[in-house]
Amino acid sequence: MWTTIEQIFPYAIAYTIPLLITALGALFSERSGVVNIGLDGLMIVGSFIGAFVIFTMRAQYPDQSWVLWVGLLAAAVASALFSLLHAFASINLSANQIISGTAINMIAGALTIFLARNITGSGKISINGFRPFNIPWLSDIPVIGDLFFTKTYITTWLVLVLLLASGFILYRTPFGLRLRSCGEHPHAAEAAGIKVQSMRYVGVMISGAFSGLGGAIILLTYSGEFTGNVAGLGFLALASLIFGQWKPLGILLATLFFGFATTVANVSQVIPSLAVIPPVVLKIFPYIVTLIALVIFSKSSNAPKAVGEPFDSGKR
Amino acid sequence: MNNSVKSLVAVLFGLIAGALLMALTGHDPVEGYKYLIQGGLKNPERIGNTLATATPLILTGLSVAFAFRTGLFNIGAAGQMLFGGFCATAVGLSLELPRALLLLVMVLAGFIGGALWAVVPGFLKAKYNVHEVVSTIMMNWTAYWTVYYVIPAYFKGTSLETESRQLPADAMLHQQWLSDMFQGSYINFGFFIAVIAVLVVAFLINKTTLGYELKAVGFNRHASEYAGIAVKRSIVLSMFISGGLAGLAGVAQYAGNASSLQIGVMPSQGFDGIAVALLGINAPVGVFVSALFFGILYSGRGFMNAMTEIPPEIADSIIAIIIYFAATSILIERLYHKLKLRRAANKKQGE
Repeated sequence: MWTTIEQIFPYAIAYTIPLLITALGALFSERSGVVNIGLDGLMIVGSFIGAFVIFTMRAQYPDQSWVLWVGLLAAAVASALFSLLHAFASINLSANQIISGTAINMIAGALTIFLARNITGSGKISINGFRPFNIPWLSDIPVIGDLFFTKTYITTWLVLVLLLASGFILYRTPFGLRLRSCGEHPHAAEAAGIKVQSMRYVGVMISGAFSGLGGAIILLTYSGEFTGNVAGLGFLALASLIFGQWKPLGILLATLFFGFATTVANVSQVIPSLAVIPPVVLKIFPYIVTLIALVIFSKSSNAPKAVGEPFDSGKR
Repeated sequence: MNNSVKSLVAVLFGLIAGALLMALTGHDPVEGYKYLIQGGLKNPERIGNTLATATPLILTGLSVAFAFRTGLFNIGAAGQMLFGGFCATAVGLSLELPRALLLLVMVLAGFIGGALWAVVPGFLKAKYNVHEVVSTIMMNWTAYWTVYYVIPAYFKGTSLETESRQLPADAMLHQQWLSDMFQGSYINFGFFIAVIAVLVVAFLINKTTLGYELKAVGFNRHASEYAGIAVKRSIVLSMFISGGLAGLAGVAQYAGNASSLQIGVMPSQGFDGIAVALLGINAPVGVFVSALFFGILYSGRGFMNAMTEIPPEIADSIIAIIIYFAATSILIERLYHKLKLRRAANKKQGE
């Protein structure tokens, strides 16, 4: 049993990390008052731009690992810019945020394959990403070393740093307080001199940048190929945000839950103790649990009060 | 500004953006559009195929539009369609009945399957106020994995692992004389189901008390409750009907346009239904027209891809961009008003 857990652990973490960073980005967006259902599309954009940049730069600089970092950065920037479409529609035009997000998903899904086909013909771009490594010294610690510091990706640590930073920024800085106030009571925030619309722009763009990172991390860790979709992980990230009750720690736990549940379902057939459970049960388990969690949390939801409502300065 | 005008402007902008895309990637837009339209409408066969392609879109569009009109955002049409199609396929492969009866039972099974898949989020919304967007997404993936495992276990195809068995000829919506009329097209009875559904839904929401109540709940839940409408029942019923319509799309797709159910694929028509509904301003006739338009783009793209170097995803891109413009149509409206004001000001100056 222990060896199984040891074996599953790195895969589960690798699967969790893109979810975590995307859900974390969505936290900024929703805390500022904008629902972002376009996470999936933003991840796809990140995955595409990451693949495209690395693919082109590899031709010039083969075997240089800094190229991967350029790809990550480009993915974050591109998705942040792409998220402006959503920000503009939902902040300046008071459009229905769910429809606008759906449009983002559709544009990203179609446009990236269209462009990729112009580049490679098949619409798929393969990339050699980061290699998992054992952290020297730390990986020798019994138990913890095997679980957390073996076969780990460098991006995992980047995301964990971003998680800590996000928690600090949202809850310990004036900026964080202002951003959150825009999602709770935008009119009060405005009366206090906060520029609600700018704050919401920042929230959506951080969400875009983090989703782009998420998409690129999938590409650079366990997938290794741009295929025009991210297997619906953007929607799962949205579910994690709600499951985690709009809190950084909650999001971490929710994404870990999805990461482990999915990994267990994926490998169940080769593990004797799990093979007795029909795989369909394991596959649908996370979704059913989410539904149940939604019911349980429905009484005491911590959702930002004004999330999803267009801000109209003149309306009281 | 009229809503249908806004939709037309969005379409126009989408087509312009598509032309720009083709030009930017080094293709000739005029040629691209020429072959795209020809591919959709060149001869009776292609027209028939366009109608067949549009059929599931009409139904998922109706599903989403109906939910919208009653204040619900049914983003789970894909899962409902898949599950409805699965139920119909299961019936078609298991029962042996006279053709007319079998088809009727299949259509009914598809409707009920899709409806049940939507009733769960409806119930959660009514009883626990769980937002239907998240719950329908969860239901989508539940349907996806359920079908993924149940089809190979009970209805496995003879050659391919990823498909169900072929439906027997009696269990398909395909009809030879109809196909002959369109010179060999794969158009089928599904199209008539869609047309009937459009008429029934139009009648239901515009002319009946039930439709009025459902719409009222969508406008203002609390006011409706005060007026004595059973709000919770209405929400569940709305989702039931909406899901049923998506289930019919599954029947039309898997027992009409195709002859077997492929696993591991989330039907794209589910999400396109949102686009169809939005462009069709959530009115049944509007849905019908915009689904036909999308049908032309989707069925023409193969021909365009064969005749030019343009990737077929241009059609999806154009549709997606149209939806963005439809979602931001308020911008178009503002521009229009600005133009009108300026013209009025100029006129005054002229005098």
